[in-house]
Amino acid sequence: MTEHVVVVGGGTGGTVLANDLAERLEPELAAGDVRVTIVTDDPDHVYKPVWLYVPFGQREPADGRRPLTELVDDRVDVRVDRVTGIDTDAQRLESRDGVAPSEYDYLALATGSTLAPDEIPGLAEAGHDFYSESGSETLREELLSFTEGHLVLSVIGTPHMCPAAPLEFVFMADDWFRKRGLREDVDITYTYPIQRVHGNPHIAEWARPRMDDRDIAVETFFNAESVDPDGQTMATMEGNELDYDLLVAIPPHRGIDLIEEAGLGDRGWVDVDKETLEAEAAENVYALGDTADTGVPNAGSVAHYQAGVVGQRLASEIRGRPATATYDGKTLCFIETGMDAASFVEFDYQNPPSPAPPSQKLHWAKLAYNESYWLTARGLL
Amino acid sequence: MTETDVEATATVDARGAACPGPLMDLIGKIRDVESGDVVCLLSDNEQSLTDVREWTEEAGNDLLEVEETDDHYEFYVEKA
Repeated sequence: MTEHVVVVGGGTGGTVLANDLAERLEPELAAGDVRVTIVTDDPDHVYKPVWLYVPFGQREPADGRRPLTELVDDRVDVRVDRVTGIDTDAQRLESRDGVAPSEYDYLALATGSTLAPDEIPGLAEAGHDFYSESGSETLREELLSFTEGHLVLSVIGTPHMCPAAPLEFVFMADDWFRKRGLREDVDITYTYPIQRVHGNPHIAEWARPRMDDRDIAVETFFNAESVDPDGQTMATMEGNELDYDLLVAIPPHRGIDLIEEAGLGDRGWVDVDKETLEAEAAENVYALGDTADTGVPNAGSVAHYQAGVVGQRLASEIRGRPATATYDGKTLCFIETGMDAASFVEFDYQNPPSPAPPSQKLHWAKLAYNESYWLTARGLL
Repeated sequence: MTETDVEATATVDARGAACPGPLMDLIGKIRDVESGDVVCLLSDNEQSLTDVREWTEEAGNDLLEVEETDDHYEFYVEKA
């Protein structure tokens, strides 16, 4: 009997996992004992970290796109379709076009994050973002013509993709305007929902004095309730108002509705065991990357490391051995601190981050990794 | 088993979540409910004892009660 592993999602988690399985289960795939299928509704694989650089004119969205079939091992069956229903009891799938498999023996959900600006009245109309291709391109046009006024970066939704990116954006904007001789005419304010500038207290403690030194104003306990596009004002749940000339927002994020409809978790995030990444509400279902509600950052490095754990566990289960691999919370992030300097953090469930002193070498390391990311997607790095 | 008389309109179970997950979950739920509704937050994170109090004061909501059970806290917050 052939065991069928279905991976849903063609982002970092799904792609690395599919390639990991192709490598790990080579004998079983060759013998026809196992099939691996990846289902995605976008024929391209998208590397989202490119978008941070688009508003500053340093990258193009196309730099972050490649056809998934060029990245996935030939032993993996790639199906372009959208999964629309999961019956975890019957281990069956429904799909939009009927191209995706209708049954699975093991399911790995890597469906990722979506933006939900409509949850905040006025935000979709008023706010710009660098969390989408179209958003980063529109923001580029705004930034290029922005020579004076109040730039507000507001983190509205958490969890959100790449938790360091809002800090990176204001550090880069500060440097970018300084280098262009415009900083004295541009005020920058950063807002965050809780009482510090980042969810992780160690990163917050590191970032705050740097923001103060660079005259980046900070508003904490700032939770946008609505945005008035005409008055260019944000109103908060805390009863405050903030005027802006250019609003760059991190919109609320959600997973896809499919997850909640399948009873696997709220808002599209799958409730999982934080170490095994097994879904709590269903058998033979794993989740990884943003989709897995582990409390660690929604970051590509997390999806990458989790893919290795899920791949190892699936291979053990298919071979009838106890699955012993576990995810330890490992997260790795470069943090841009300007246009030509960056820091770096590495942490896990037990060990907190300790940001490295910013340097040009780390900035180049980040850019070099962004170029070599495609090797990660292929399962080579 | 808790002994509070406060009745919650909605409950958020953030047990097991690391800081600042419980507070963010509470803020998210307060967004969704109406003025006068009471949200009960379940958290086993000690930091919530200060986080939740600070935010509710900042936002003008009422922290009606904090119950301590064997393995978690229950925060009852009324939306202003």
